[in-house]
Amino acid sequence: MLNLSLKEISNALEEKKFTSVELTQFFLNRVKKHNPSLNAFITVDEGKSLAMAEKSDQLIQSGKKSTLTGIPIAQKDIFCADGWKTTCGSKMLDNFISPYDSTVINKFNNAGAVNLGKTNMDEFAMGSSNETSYFGPVKNPWNLDCVPGGSSGGSAVAVAARLSPAATGTDTGGSIRQPASLCGFTGLKPTYGLVSRYGMIAFASSLDQAGPMAISAEDCALMLDVMTGYDERDSTSLNRKKENYSNSLDNKIEGLKIGIPKEFFEDGLDSDVQKLIEEALKQYEELGAQIIDISLPNNHLAIPAYYVIAPAEASSNLSRYDGVRYGYRTKEYDDLMDMYFKTRQEGFGDEVKRRILIGTYVLSAGYFDAYYLKAQKIRRLISNDFKAAYEKCDVIMGPSAPSVAFKSGDKQEDPLAMYLQDIFTISTNLAGLPAMSIPAGFVNELPVGLQLIGNHFEESKILNVANVYQKNTDWHLQSPKGID
Amino acid sequence: MSITREEIKKIANLARISVSQEEVEQVEKKLVGIMALIEKMQEVETDSIEPMAHALDINQPLREDKVTEKDIRDQSLSLAPHSEESLFIVPQVIE
Amino acid sequence: MDWDIVIGIETHVQLRTNTKQFSGASTKYGSEPNSQACLVSMAYPGVLPVLNKESVNSAIRFGLAIDAEIASKSIFARKNYFYPDLPKGYQISQFELPIVGKGKLSIDIGDESKDIRILRAHLEEDAGKSSHGFLEGKSGIDLNRAGTPLLEIVTEPDLNSAEEAVTYAKKLHNLVQWIGICDGNMQEGSFRCDVNVSVKKKGSTVLGTRREIKNLNSFRFIKQAVDYEVNWQIERLEDGGKIEQATILFNPESGETKSMRSKEEANDYRYFPDPDLLPLVISDQDIAAIKKLMPELPEEMKTRFKKELGLSGYDATGITSSRNVTKYFLKLIDLGASPKLAANWILGNLFSQLNDKNIDILDSPIIPEQLSVLISRIEDGTISNNAAKKVFEILWKNTTKEVDLIIDELGLKQISDSNEIDDIVNKVLKSNLTMVEEFKSGKNKAFNALIGQVMKASKGKANPAQVSAILKEKLSK
Repeated sequence: MLNLSLKEISNALEEKKFTSVELTQFFLNRVKKHNPSLNAFITVDEGKSLAMAEKSDQLIQSGKKSTLTGIPIAQKDIFCADGWKTTCGSKMLDNFISPYDSTVINKFNNAGAVNLGKTNMDEFAMGSSNETSYFGPVKNPWNLDCVPGGSSGGSAVAVAARLSPAATGTDTGGSIRQPASLCGFTGLKPTYGLVSRYGMIAFASSLDQAGPMAISAEDCALMLDVMTGYDERDSTSLNRKKENYSNSLDNKIEGLKIGIPKEFFEDGLDSDVQKLIEEALKQYEELGAQIIDISLPNNHLAIPAYYVIAPAEASSNLSRYDGVRYGYRTKEYDDLMDMYFKTRQEGFGDEVKRRILIGTYVLSAGYFDAYYLKAQKIRRLISNDFKAAYEKCDVIMGPSAPSVAFKSGDKQEDPLAMYLQDIFTISTNLAGLPAMSIPAGFVNELPVGLQLIGNHFEESKILNVANVYQKNTDWHLQSPKGID
Repeated sequence: MSITREEIKKIANLARISVSQEEVEQVEKKLVGIMALIEKMQEVETDSIEPMAHALDINQPLREDKVTEKDIRDQSLSLAPHSEESLFIVPQVIE
Repeated sequence: MDWDIVIGIETHVQLRTNTKQFSGASTKYGSEPNSQACLVSMAYPGVLPVLNKESVNSAIRFGLAIDAEIASKSIFARKNYFYPDLPKGYQISQFELPIVGKGKLSIDIGDESKDIRILRAHLEEDAGKSSHGFLEGKSGIDLNRAGTPLLEIVTEPDLNSAEEAVTYAKKLHNLVQWIGICDGNMQEGSFRCDVNVSVKKKGSTVLGTRREIKNLNSFRFIKQAVDYEVNWQIERLEDGGKIEQATILFNPESGETKSMRSKEEANDYRYFPDPDLLPLVISDQDIAAIKKLMPELPEEMKTRFKKELGLSGYDATGITSSRNVTKYFLKLIDLGASPKLAANWILGNLFSQLNDKNIDILDSPIIPEQLSVLISRIEDGTISNNAAKKVFEILWKNTTKEVDLIIDELGLKQISDSNEIDDIVNKVLKSNLTMVEEFKSGKNKAFNALIGQVMKASKGKANPAQVSAILKEKLSK
């Protein structure tokens, strides 16, 4: 059951080689064995998961199976799931049992998938190392001294360590792609609006987007087939015809124009990582693609603009955690003000509080134009850069992260160094573009990810381009040693 | 422009997050660094650029005016830190 | 010293929708606490707002009714502040680009008409309710009202007295009900005014500092609060004091206004466009489709009633002061009553009874079918106007009784038989020779005295017009 693709698992279930209950139990056992050292899951509920598996087996028995029916999926703890503790990695929601399903969870349930458990994450998805979680740091299975990346670090490790066949993540500034890079698997952030945000706990509403995390592009396509679709509960959801993302995976890529932004290869990029990226590009050339030099001249402004827009939206999104209706409330307080201050002081971690303060500052009277409005204008410039680039090329490629996984604790006390982890991923969130990270080799036995950025709605194309590479390489099939 | 300790106290108050006297120095140090990073934005001239609030240029959809939500009071009140008589209870709100 | 009073009003109009501004929870009034607090109303983690179509249509209707520009693109913004009855920690409102732009509403002050400029109207959501005192030192939060659709209508500071403020509020109150966007129920908070008051030296072009009286939900309170506040401000200034900008509350029991406990910090609402909501785009076709469904507006109807029905300005204003009054009036006319008499009876006797008992005309115990019979008995000469008033009083107390039966029982039928009146006049002339002499010597007063005598002799039943004619004829012989 280990190392099978989603399609292979699906076929095996169909052919009754094993049942969903057996499969689910197999992965639950792996979680039980390895979670103590990896800390990838916040909540595991064997009873619930197995009950879902049983129901899926009945569907399979009665011939009502769709592709993901009976397959366990690890869910990032940012997705509300009815009856499941849903914490978003925060003490603030440590006691929060969601009374409802997010649209993403609902879609997986309707597909008959099994919820394998809720994965660890940076608190409120704010972080790039999974060290800000109230539930402790997640360890990189390739090297337990290293971080897995973040914020979807728990899902990343669940996939990389094969604790789950696939997982969901969310990506506001790189939270799917950077951990995919650091843990060596395939992750995709779709076009903004393609996957409903309803029930996905908000960090920065105009940037947040959920996507699949799996071994291969082929698996990601199957996941995406389930996750996407218009949702009338999300005003920003895209109302367009549903695509089948698996259909064009094997299209030929001869003549494909790959744009290489020179700004992605300037200072900050580790030279060993750069070498691997260049080798991957060479391989694409051998496969018939054409490499074109392009420029994203405002890319260096992406991080500054992001650290205005995301904290501004977050500061407002997180005001609801006030200890009145649900979640954490401080134990002792003198009056209403005292209750607010203490609840939020104790319920949020340092990074979250920092971002709330930054966000409050940039929106406060007298600063709005200089920061928030300015950042929105830069967002336009960055988006325009991509528009111009796609006049010249079909996809854009570069590194997903500036380096391989770094040591736990290394950047914890230095927010600025941490923020630079997302230097290659943030601009696509600002522009709302789809992007992937796929494994492209190892530096010091730690994985390196290649980033593929598509134009709006071109998920099928980047999945196709990624799949062709994966048919010719086996980086994505490598898994960390010592996790049996 | 750099963020001052006074401003940190002001925004912490607006955000209802207490920052103790001991913490304020650490917070200040980090916020000053982040604000310096943000200041890079001022390098570029953007007067004629239209701000971009959303990733895609689409319009607000409208919902039919039909009741779709049920009474979930029993469940929601049970999730509250303190509820009585079907109300969420907080320390006295002073008008 | 003489002072000018300057007043601007912000009115929160609760829109008459089935569901909330951004969720499908019911807006029904008076339900069990928190029974209408859905996940969105309670701001659960992960929930998102989706805009109610009906409230957008309501805003467009209002825009059309005040001849305002309707924004082809408007934006929702978040107003951030903490309060236990504000679950998200922000209110979704409109800030820079409201749905309704500049318009106007004209009010009648005496015989003059005055245009009050409307600055803007925007969509927003209501907060929940806090109740105090049932637990020592605690407040209870009910979120049934949280998220209820509101249209906030903001005037320019064009009102110059408490009377004008009340007249404007009444006019607006009528209009929003007339176009069907608000139930107008002020006790339930469906129509609440924040009144900004300042005073300045007479003729000065510099505005004084304003104080805002919050949440007035009755016309009487608007009048009392503004009167009190104006006096307070003038006294303070005349004593050499200064006015500071403040938010104040009116206490109906004491009749006084009082500053709210000063906030620990100046409000800084950190408005920014709500990333969960996209630009609201309204096309010319959308507006045209709604325009087709608009009823004739009170101002248009008023003009038409003056022109086509010959009503006086006073009557036309009164008849169009509320949609229900107009409906009642039109029904009377439909049943054959003359417009003038119909207006007189509605604005006179009927109104005085309804106001006295605080009944809406919609629930009037005397229905148009009954009043029309009464009016027709005046018109066909069966009873006099005075007799009709008596019938009306009986009818008010005993609405099941037939008008004609009351006339019979009270013997109020007029004598319109000219022979009978002839006889009475003859008798009166014989027994009042002195008066006759006086009349003939040029004292016109004597004529009225003679009519009085005839009426008395007929026990008030003679048709006065006939009496006058017959008397005139006989005296001229």
